[in-house]
Amino acid sequence: MRLLLHIAGVFAPLSIVTIGGGQAIIADIQRQVVDVHGWMTHAQFASDFAISRMAPGPGSLLATLIGWQVAGFWGAVVATLSLLAPTSILMFAVAHTWTRYKGARWQLALERGLRPIAAGMILAAGWVLLRTLDGGWAARTIAVASTVLLLNTRVNPLLLLLCGALVLLGANELMHAFGANMF
Amino acid sequence: MPKRLVSVSSRGTAPASASADAPVGPPPTVLRLFLIFSRIGLTSFGGGLSGWLLREFVQDRHWISEEEFLNGLSLSQALPGINVKNMAIWMGYRLMGWQGAAASVTGIILPPAIVIILIGTLFSVLLHFSLTHVLLAGAAAAATGLSLSMGVTTARRVPRRLLPLGFMVATFVSVGLLRLPLVWVVLGGGALSVLIEYLKLRKP
Repeated sequence: MRLLLHIAGVFAPLSIVTIGGGQAIIADIQRQVVDVHGWMTHAQFASDFAISRMAPGPGSLLATLIGWQVAGFWGAVVATLSLLAPTSILMFAVAHTWTRYKGARWQLALERGLRPIAAGMILAAGWVLLRTLDGGWAARTIAVASTVLLLNTRVNPLLLLLCGALVLLGANELMHAFGANMF
Repeated sequence: MPKRLVSVSSRGTAPASASADAPVGPPPTVLRLFLIFSRIGLTSFGGGLSGWLLREFVQDRHWISEEEFLNGLSLSQALPGINVKNMAIWMGYRLMGWQGAAASVTGIILPPAIVIILIGTLFSVLLHFSLTHVLLAGAAAAATGLSLSMGVTTARRVPRRLLPLGFMVATFVSVGLLRLPLVWVVLGGGALSVLIEYLKLRKP
């Protein structure tokens, strides 16, 4: 029960700051889950993150997976609802009233004011993930190459993840052949 | 009138008559909304969900106008919450009130939530093999690209002015380098940024 409250304590406050999509809060989820609570290691978090990217649906279901691993079924339920319910209620209320204030000043101010914050948060999330990647320089090279590909082509993300996995496997085998170790 | 004819005529010419904008096919129901959002949730990999929603609801079914869709989209991005979940609530509410909103958000969350637990469980068994570990590390590296490229795309849309760029850099430094708690960065920086934009909008 106490654990479930802790899980809610991690995800519910983050719910209200997920501006610009779930990407933005990943750096903070990692900080709390790994550094503050010690529920999992950096490597475990990184593989959970990869799974959340590979799996269909919103990437924020990473919370569901973390909840499941930390405290089973109810952990998954509490993590998911803590992250989604507060903003769902807010969005519902806004959908209810929004059209009445169409083009209002506070609407424009919200859109414009939050955009740079969202950009900074998403960049920070990418940076933190890049720093904590497992697999050394080869993994970071894959991350940068994948960024460039995604920005310039319409490559299928799922295919890209598969390629990343195979390229790192190849690099790892190559290192082994020369007697070095990446991990 | 057969379905095909309506969709072809509406695409060919501007919607001059009411019939061109009329809903195509069956009307929305609560169950139908749940099933459509489930399908979109389960077949979307690595984002791009908004594109699917536009196609499904505006272009194919004519259930919602493009303008209304775009309003909802900018709103979903400006407000906290996962964009696509916010969009599901927005469109579900527009079409079927609170029941539609509940059905849509459940559809886009619940089936993928079950799938991610299944995949996660499968992988934690496989993780005992070092091969799986290397493969997953490689996938994680490539997945970081999704996050980074989205950051770059969003950063490009930030106006090239001192204040917005300053807020962006300050947020990056606070969250990414100093590892300050996100809640306070957004509540502090976000409130200030919105307030400044609000005051600037007063001037004509």
